[in-house]
Amino acid sequence: MLGEGIIQGLLETARNFFGSYVDKKRLTTVQYPEERWALPEASRNFPILLYDGPDPDAGLRCVSCQICEKECPPRCIHIVKSKDKKPDFAGKQQFYPAVFDIDVSVCMSCQICVEVCPFDAIRMDKVFELSTTDRFGGLLWDKHELAKSNEYYHTIHPTEAAECDERRAKELADAKAKAAASAAAAAAKAAQAKDPAAAPPPHSTNGSLASTNGAAAPGKSELPKSEVKGTQ
Amino acid sequence: MTALPAQQAPLAGGPGLPPVEDIKAKIEAGVPGAVVAVIHNASPSAQHSLLLDAEHARDVALFLRDHPDLRLDYCSLMTGVDWLDTETTEKVKVKKVVDGPDGSQQETEVEEVRKTKHPGYLEAVYHLFSMEKKHGPVILRLRTANRTDQTHLPSLTPVWRSAEFQEREAFDLYGIIFDGHPDLRRILMWDGFVDHPMRKDYVPPADDALHPGVHA
Amino acid sequence: MTGPLLELDSVAGAGEIMEVSMGPHHPSTHGVFRMDVRLEGEKVVRLKPVFGYLHRNHEKIAEHGAYLSAIPYTDRLDYLCSMTNNWGYCLAVEKLAGIAVPERAEYIRVIVAELTRFQNHAGLVGFLLQDMGASGTPLMYAFREREKVLDLFESLSGARMMCNYMRFGGVRVDCTTAWLDEVRRLVPALPRFVDEFENLLRANEILMARTQGTGKLPRDLAINAGVTGPMLRASGVNYDVRKVDKYGIYDRFDFRVPLGDHGDVYDRYMMRILEMRETVKILEQALRDIPGGPIIDPKVRLRGLRPKAGEAYGRIESPKGELGFYLISDGSTNPYRYRVRPPSMINLTILEDMCLGENIADVVITLGSVDIVLGEVDR
Repeated sequence: MLGEGIIQGLLETARNFFGSYVDKKRLTTVQYPEERWALPEASRNFPILLYDGPDPDAGLRCVSCQICEKECPPRCIHIVKSKDKKPDFAGKQQFYPAVFDIDVSVCMSCQICVEVCPFDAIRMDKVFELSTTDRFGGLLWDKHELAKSNEYYHTIHPTEAAECDERRAKELADAKAKAAASAAAAAAKAAQAKDPAAAPPPHSTNGSLASTNGAAAPGKSELPKSEVKGTQ
Repeated sequence: MTALPAQQAPLAGGPGLPPVEDIKAKIEAGVPGAVVAVIHNASPSAQHSLLLDAEHARDVALFLRDHPDLRLDYCSLMTGVDWLDTETTEKVKVKKVVDGPDGSQQETEVEEVRKTKHPGYLEAVYHLFSMEKKHGPVILRLRTANRTDQTHLPSLTPVWRSAEFQEREAFDLYGIIFDGHPDLRRILMWDGFVDHPMRKDYVPPADDALHPGVHA
Repeated sequence: MTGPLLELDSVAGAGEIMEVSMGPHHPSTHGVFRMDVRLEGEKVVRLKPVFGYLHRNHEKIAEHGAYLSAIPYTDRLDYLCSMTNNWGYCLAVEKLAGIAVPERAEYIRVIVAELTRFQNHAGLVGFLLQDMGASGTPLMYAFREREKVLDLFESLSGARMMCNYMRFGGVRVDCTTAWLDEVRRLVPALPRFVDEFENLLRANEILMARTQGTGKLPRDLAINAGVTGPMLRASGVNYDVRKVDKYGIYDRFDFRVPLGDHGDVYDRYMMRILEMRETVKILEQALRDIPGGPIIDPKVRLRGLRPKAGEAYGRIESPKGELGFYLISDGSTNPYRYRVRPPSMINLTILEDMCLGENIADVVITLGSVDIVLGEVDR
């Protein structure tokens, strides 16, 4: 019969139409903004800078190594290194960014800055309702607009944040243990030097380092390594 | 590392394709006068290519397409490449006659620094496969004499229609002029555009007042 | 320029010739694409495609940055299929630098690539039927399934479309058991969806009358013009890069390659439907066999990859056709030459040949069956 194919197709449409009153799966429209779906945990939109503790300036993790600036494909990150240093979470003196700007109108949310950061300082936020009326200034975010606390990071990416905190705690503990061990070795050497029977070593400068703020230890190994999954 | 042999097998060759030197020999036998050189590829992909001379390129292409063992009926990719002028310096020991301190003439060995300028060229690279025999790639290269005034190459569009748009793109972005192309005009840039953007020495024009560029 | 926009020529014995510019602002040209069509009444006498409106100079950008920086830009080539674009580029770099890929990463790549192929074909059939006048119903059904696939991509890689997921020597992030279970919940429902989708319009008389015999592409012309993908197979040529090159682990999967008889629009439409079914088969096998293990080669450097000087051409079967990347390395951190083989652009070479003598209304559906995405045509 002519038209049979059309009727078959219309039956299919009818099944979906009337079915949508009965079956939730056939009614796929989400009435945004009254109804919002939760974004998956891995979702990403634009970068944020993380800080530990209550003060964004004192606790900012970024040490201005500028690796993210170099690796960013559209070159939307602009960093100016500070002239002085401030102590980081392990107590070591580090540079910090005097200027850290991201031009969000250029950023393509590729997440490469997050992957290459060795200090867990930059992460991706999930917020997408970001429209502004200022086309140029409103989309150029500076350090203060980008800084978000570690607690906030826990609310948006709980699994990642927990794993990151665990790793940083372990690194801090390792650094402390190393400092304690070298302090003990220095104390032993100093005691040996006071002993008239033992020959004094020509330089016993290790003793001076033990008097710094405890956690810092010489050498490269206390810098937090990046835990980029499976890559180096 | 549990790497599999299948994924390590190089694409070059395939089960039925003879090695590139044999293909060169076939071409030299089948197209008299053709000048063919093997360009070795140092990367692990082992995809070596054949450098052809512009005069016989079209005949070689037809030969490769119609040869019963090769049947390279599918030109997958046509690429333009820009190689800039280079200069090599080498230290050469030459014997020279110099005046000695006492007025006599002596022959001594002197080290001279020789600078040779190698003109750059534009290159057209064709990747050929066979849909009939399911082998490939065979890579052909054609080079122009220089980058300025002698930038003509024969078009292989009459042999493989798939080169039509790609040769237009090489003309548009590199400035290689393909003789024999049915419709050689710009394809990606707009019609009034001057200059060839993909060249290595291309200087982009000024963007706007915020980014004046080098021309300002 | 192809001449003035409106000119009235006379061809001996025929009527007047009218030149029409279809596009670039046109709802049915799948992007900013223009066709200068010369018509004699309703019949097409000449058709010249004009594109370059979306040219973003992707190749030069990739040559100015490191090898890693090009990966997010490849997402934006064929913007509907970012996973397969990433795979094509990573395959080319792996060939260039001699990098091996662990097994689990290969399985994950196959799973995401086949999901991409599924949502691309569903979307394409939806758009093709919309071009024919079905006003969006099949498109919305296709998008309903596509949304499920995009949600999976978001929970895996963080972004729905611009995934930036593959890396040299593997993938960026491992998929969790929860994610694999989600995919295992989705895949068994897909064959039923394809049945429903096909039933909508398979026997529809209007569809058959419009598409059968329209836009015919003869076999030899298809091979010579470098046409690849479902469009080539609709003309009866058995060439699928997954079967020819067996890249990755495709030789482990049992799937068929559908072939068409006539090379017309109807065959190309059916090609996509049949390929969707084969894709589901591959997904089932991959989900069954995926092993544990590392997801990336640990020896590969993320930053500062410097392949030895040389060149490589790597290609994959993307949903549009053969997507290839040709890389020339000069030993530095940036590629010396980076070239994309865009299947959409090369499939457009014979658009004129397919449309000559057809009505102008058929130009729209012939173009729709070619399956172009302007991000790939123009780069």
